[in-house]
Amino acid sequence: MPPWPSVEQRYRLLYKPVVFAASLAPAVLLAAGAFNLLGQSLGPDPVARLLHACGKTALNFLLITLLVTPARQLAGLTHLIRLRRMLGLFALFYAATHFLVYLILDQQLDLHAVLEDITKRPYITIGFTALLMLVPLGITSTQGMMRRLGRRWAQLHRLIYLAAILGVWHYYWQVKRDVREPLLYAGMLAVLLGYRILTRWRARRRLTSRSGSATAPGRI
Amino acid sequence: MMRMPGRIAPSEITPRELFMSRRALLAGALAGGAAATLPEARADTAPAAQLEPLHYTLNRQDSVSLQPTPYEDITGYNNFYEFGTDKSDPQANASTLRPRPWSLTIAGEAEITGTYDLQDILKGQPLEERIYRFRCVEAWSMVIPWVGFELGALLRRFKPTSRAKYVEFTTLYDPAQMPGERYSILPWPYVEGLRMDEAMHPLTLLVVGLYGRVLPNQDGAPLRLIVPWKYGFKGIKSIVQIRFTERQPRNTWNIAAPDEYGFYANVNPSVPHPRWSQATERVIGGGWFARQPTLMFNGYASEVADLYRGMDLRRDF
Repeated sequence: MPPWPSVEQRYRLLYKPVVFAASLAPAVLLAAGAFNLLGQSLGPDPVARLLHACGKTALNFLLITLLVTPARQLAGLTHLIRLRRMLGLFALFYAATHFLVYLILDQQLDLHAVLEDITKRPYITIGFTALLMLVPLGITSTQGMMRRLGRRWAQLHRLIYLAAILGVWHYYWQVKRDVREPLLYAGMLAVLLGYRILTRWRARRRLTSRSGSATAPGRI
Repeated sequence: MMRMPGRIAPSEITPRELFMSRRALLAGALAGGAAATLPEARADTAPAAQLEPLHYTLNRQDSVSLQPTPYEDITGYNNFYEFGTDKSDPQANASTLRPRPWSLTIAGEAEITGTYDLQDILKGQPLEERIYRFRCVEAWSMVIPWVGFELGALLRRFKPTSRAKYVEFTTLYDPAQMPGERYSILPWPYVEGLRMDEAMHPLTLLVVGLYGRVLPNQDGAPLRLIVPWKYGFKGIKSIVQIRFTERQPRNTWNIAAPDEYGFYANVNPSVPHPRWSQATERVIGGGWFARQPTLMFNGYASEVADLYRGMDLRRDF
């Protein structure tokens, strides 16, 4: 009987390529729509459609990336850590594409208008800030950088929490009236961040109660 | 009636024969497009060919000499929250609206008031086609060949009194016909208003048709308002009541977000929306690089700027 492929092999040969292809699928479909291929179309307002689709896909990948840790801990899928970097990089990829669509297609490289938007329109200010936060995370996503930064790597990468908050806020703020979908994103993000607050709070309480009982029995 | 010399140079005007041949070409393209589309894709909306053709004359003097936006964009990209908040929702959902028969109530400060069958009101009312610019507050624009008549012509028939300073319009409220009204995204029914001089302006239209045929449901059938120098949300759709008032009526978007949408809502590139610039606009149907500068009063400044002389358009946005 042939030996089962190792976890390492399964990820390298199967899971990673499949997730990569699935993550690229939105971009492929949008590109097909841009050229009216594969029965895809971006409709009467293609720039707005492309802009909004890229932005929302970036938010989707931010949320999926933030789902990795709870899924590992709650469902015991510890190997999922091997996919997290790729998912995070796709969040950056779609956020950057979202910005480039805005810069090149929507604003047609009118840098004056773009600068005015970024400085004067708060929802664009926070969206741009979220993108700026994702950039260093992408740059420091390599194994070498992880080693070099050590403890500080984890600290730096907590920026994703702030970037996700700003990203969802950016979405909520630009909607004209129907905020149901932005609120859904805010709710999902609240659950994902709330999970982390809860686990950290519990861990601290366990720690303090244990150390408390060992060193100073009378104190809580 | 006021005429507008100088807006379109005679040389700019497309000769009627050429215009009509283009129109025929477009109609052919539309018919072809409809035939080529899968039946289920358009099952929810009557294709253009099923909508009754109207008798009208082209009012060239009040029309812009621009290429009209494709029919499928004007009927497939709509803000009509009564049928959903996505731009494609109205086309998909508006088949539940029953625009015939239709009652129109005239109320308020006028000598003649009452509820009428729309057919009776339209009887003997000559229709004209006017190709107008259309500018949405969301910074996109179209060029639309409307078929309708001057609102003022209708209003005068009901002899408004001297107390009539404003006109208020109300959309149908019937969640069975307009499923979007089940959600309190906006306070229903949709209401809009104009100052009397704006309502009586010869550019202000009541519209019953589009591209020479009866108005499709998703564009506001059977009767909608068009005020070409104002943002599109002033163009209230599926009107059931017109009321003359002494005091300025509230309008739905102003009620919903008073700091973002005013009563006047005149197209003004120099007064940005609080969240986005109004200096430029995306031309729908214009492809990838279709951004163009927005014109003061949407290009109708020479006709309407006088209405707002002395007003602070930043305050009364």
